[in-house]
Amino acid sequence: MNARELIARRAAQEFKDGFVMNLGFGIPVLAASYIPEGVNVILQAENGIFEFEAVTKVGEQDAYIADAACQPTKILPGGCTVDLAMSFAIIRGGHVDATVLGALEVDQEGNIANWALPAGPGKWMPGMGGAMDLLVGAKKVICTLQHTNKKGESKILKKCALPLSAAKAVDLIITELAVMEVTPQGLVLKEVAPGVAVDEVKAVTEADLIVPDSVPEMVL
Amino acid sequence: MKSKETALDAALNQVKDGMTIMIGGFLGQNAPLACIDRLVERGVKDLTLITAVNAYVGGGFGMGKLIENKQIKKYIGSHIGTCPAAVEQYKSGELEVEYYPQGTVIEKIRAGGAGLGGVLTPVGIGTLMEEGKQKVVIDGKEYLVETAIKADVAIIRGYKADKVGNILYRGTPNSNPVMALAADYVIAEVDYVVEPGEIAPDRVGTPGILVDAVVLGYGEEKTQEIFKNLWVRDKKLA
Repeated sequence: MNARELIARRAAQEFKDGFVMNLGFGIPVLAASYIPEGVNVILQAENGIFEFEAVTKVGEQDAYIADAACQPTKILPGGCTVDLAMSFAIIRGGHVDATVLGALEVDQEGNIANWALPAGPGKWMPGMGGAMDLLVGAKKVICTLQHTNKKGESKILKKCALPLSAAKAVDLIITELAVMEVTPQGLVLKEVAPGVAVDEVKAVTEADLIVPDSVPEMVL
Repeated sequence: MKSKETALDAALNQVKDGMTIMIGGFLGQNAPLACIDRLVERGVKDLTLITAVNAYVGGGFGMGKLIENKQIKKYIGSHIGTCPAAVEQYKSGELEVEYYPQGTVIEKIRAGGAGLGGVLTPVGIGTLMEEGKQKVVIDGKEYLVETAIKADVAIIRGYKADKVGNILYRGTPNSNPVMALAADYVIAEVDYVVEPGEIAPDRVGTPGILVDAVVLGYGEEKTQEIFKNLWVRDKKLA
């Protein structure tokens, strides 16, 4: 199992029956492939759809319906479309139970940076899209990301260095090595990936980790 | 009643160099593609573009063409990353970019069209979005004051319009209905123009009183073909 699949499988366990959920691109969308049996969630696409799934076969598409990544999409029975103001009113208004989003960096206070890479003096790209709204509005924020960057440096930091998307917004962090919860006391190591030792996690985590006496392995 | 059905070029005569325009759509989907393509041909320039997101991924489609043709001087919206030309022009200094969270963009537009001075949002607190903005505390919680915005011309996309401008949407209406409120001149591009009475009153998504010009776009058949080809090309469909 590669890192992406492992993270997606563990993230899928956070999907609860009846939840209204919004999934970011990449690993979060992949998590929808591993939703536990018997769990039904209502997926939102922020361009204004509830209850949808991607279509991938020619002939099933409709030019008038696509998700927030412009993937051709079909609306499932019970689903509906809304305009963008309604879609974001629902997001900001606390009507989305959980969101799963990727990040460039996340820190022990639950701050998250996922919109801005340097593009010149005072310039940032690519832009936040709907991420800031989701981080502030969703009742639970689950952040999925690889534990380290390409240089092997920790992305789980004491303090984010990149511009924030939201302050103190993240509830749960899931990486290919660990599950960590942001609490008022600090960042708590909740689970380690199968075969990964607590010390291995600590070695690649810049953030201060609170390690309970016993840390269970993820059940995937 | 006077018909608002207007030839594409007659409607687009309203878009002049240096104006601020709003364009509906989400990554090009349910966007006014015929109007955009014609604006590219017409070459109107130095435009400020207000939009929710940006072009279809990779550009070369919809509003991406306006950016690639260097007709946009300033972009106001939530994301430029899908449009390589926008990123390149931003880095080189040719394109000015003003970011707002997507939910904030749409509320600023709605406020502009609804007679409000702006909105108070908790989104952006603790981030760069705070820069240069007023903060207000209500019941102990901080909000940013995000001021209203309007455009000279809004170009929106519906499915059907009757000749007095009532719009029926199909699929995802996205930013189109909100933009119809917030411009001095509103152009609605549709696939069908029908007689008044043919759209049931309770199916009207944008009331005709907000629309100045109804223009016929590429039509349903061609629209389906355009997206089929795009999605097959990009392996979203097989």
